[in-house]
Amino acid sequence: MGGWAIAVHGGAGVDPNLPKERQEEGMRLLGRCLDVGISALRSNIPAIDVVELVVRELETDPLFNSGRGSVLTENGTVEMEASIMDGPKRRCGAVSGLTTVKNPISLARLVMDKSPHSYLAFSGAEEFAEKQGVALVDNEYFITENNVAMLKLAKEVNSIVFDYRIPAPGTVGCVVVDKEGRCAAATSTGGLMNKMRGRIGDSPLFGCGTYACELCGVSCTGEGEAINRSTLAREVAAVMEYKGLNLHEAVDFVIRNRLDEGKAGLIAVSKKGEVVSGFNTTGMFRGCATEDGFMEVGIW
Amino acid sequence: MGWAIALHGGAGDIPLSLPPERRLPREAALRHCLGIGIAAFKAHKHPLDVAELVVRELENHPNFNAGRGSVLTNSGTVEMEACIMDGKTKKCGAVSGLTTVVNAISLARLVMEKTPHIYLAFEGAEAFAREQGLETVDSSYFITPENIERLKQAQEAHRVQIDYTQPVQKEVKNGAANADGDSQIGTVGCVAVDSEGNLATATSTGGLVNKMLGRIGDTPIIGAGTYANHLCAVSATGRGEAIIRGTVARDVAAVMEFKGLSLKEAAAYVVDQVPRGTTGLVAVSSTGEVAMPFNTTGMFRACATEDGYSEIAIWDSPSK
Repeated sequence: MGGWAIAVHGGAGVDPNLPKERQEEGMRLLGRCLDVGISALRSNIPAIDVVELVVRELETDPLFNSGRGSVLTENGTVEMEASIMDGPKRRCGAVSGLTTVKNPISLARLVMDKSPHSYLAFSGAEEFAEKQGVALVDNEYFITENNVAMLKLAKEVNSIVFDYRIPAPGTVGCVVVDKEGRCAAATSTGGLMNKMRGRIGDSPLFGCGTYACELCGVSCTGEGEAINRSTLAREVAAVMEYKGLNLHEAVDFVIRNRLDEGKAGLIAVSKKGEVVSGFNTTGMFRGCATEDGFMEVGIW
Repeated sequence: MGWAIALHGGAGDIPLSLPPERRLPREAALRHCLGIGIAAFKAHKHPLDVAELVVRELENHPNFNAGRGSVLTNSGTVEMEACIMDGKTKKCGAVSGLTTVVNAISLARLVMEKTPHIYLAFEGAEAFAREQGLETVDSSYFITPENIERLKQAQEAHRVQIDYTQPVQKEVKNGAANADGDSQIGTVGCVAVDSEGNLATATSTGGLVNKMLGRIGDTPIIGAGTYANHLCAVSATGRGEAIIRGTVARDVAAVMEFKGLSLKEAAAYVVDQVPRGTTGLVAVSSTGEVAMPFNTTGMFRACATEDGYSEIAIWDSPSK
């Protein structure tokens, strides 16, 4: 085995004119989250727990588009979604349409562990959250001034945002392979700025925005439609499995050949301890670390 | 090469002893829906239109777990979902959590064609349906006595179950199969390819008997229960979790592409990889092949090709 490895991301598609301090803020946050993951891995905490821990950190911080800091629907509210997948048996849990759950990724975990299902959404998911006793808050808690301003802008140009005129924060995700070679992946998001109520993106869809199996763990970010149509996360694993490519080759192949005109990025780990990121967007907030001491955070 | 069409009304533990009063109406429905699909192709309709039309018919039939006849949630309500995908463009549309929309598959099509999104759910989806003027009715329209009975049984046995589960006594014998509380789903679907190789798939369902409110299954998850690209179109049915984990619909196409298998070989391979008793699918390829493998006791299915061949079956050889 190649030892543990971890990667995090805070969204693909970054405005090249993003002010330096915002860039640094983002990188600092990713660095902090990596540290949380590294400590956990050093304490032999399993991959599935580590990805949840790290994504909770990202959700709690208002900087990126998940949990607090989520982008807003056309109604100015927040509707969050997340998914988590455990490589060894490909167990999975996902949630969508959350409006009061403080940490969507943890509810996704509970769906996986404590319900007979894989995916719960909207009021059914909120009901489950209540029964499970997870932390619940008012929808206002998630809303930041930044996002209110961005929604206004988006409505003025009448767009669902994925364009640099209105640099919207990105989805977050984490992938981990632990010492035992177990892979896990987790993704969390508020979705698209100015999205229709009830809109579901790629993040909660297993095989699209998130995927983990015996071979690898993958978390994607970018244009939801492009990610879904190309079943991006599964694609990485499929070319490894059916074409015998290694992780680097697989990620490269998929980003190059599967996205067509779509723009997206992803992070991935393999059971051998490899960690790779790939994107065809201008930049992706990302960071990674491996057991041998290597660590890196970057955007471009 | 001519057109080809295949459709299903759900895979599961369909008992060989299924009484005629339950078997015959379903066979007739399959025949009827197949006929609709054939007529549509003869009228030169695009595969997307064919697949949608056929699934609408299946949704309207109360004997299948979609639209009218959908199984019930743990609260005795219906929450329907559907998904449609165009192989050539890989455009797709999905909906979940519908309670008043008569034809979920048509709403999925509108999501694909009339919104910048791919997937709308629950209240947002219902609001969109109204905006689009799609037919909506009181929820009670979808609820059938058969399903009320199924829910009652499931709740008595504290189980989330398949819609083809046999009455309780026989179940005790099959107890092990349902021990984990989760069971196979019915679901309906249709795949179609025209003589030019344009492919389309459509799937629709009420989900699992006694499911939790808000539960979403494999049907609306692109790559799990539904998928189409330039090689093939697939619609899966069975145990949602197994289909999701196995990314069943996507894998049929992936195996064709990366391992160079034919449609039949690829479909059989994928169904073989998922746990026994959990999955069935129908698929057509860009060259007009048809495959309908299943690893459950049975799968309500039918297919037809332009050369005049047609088939309607429930059990029989799983190696098709």
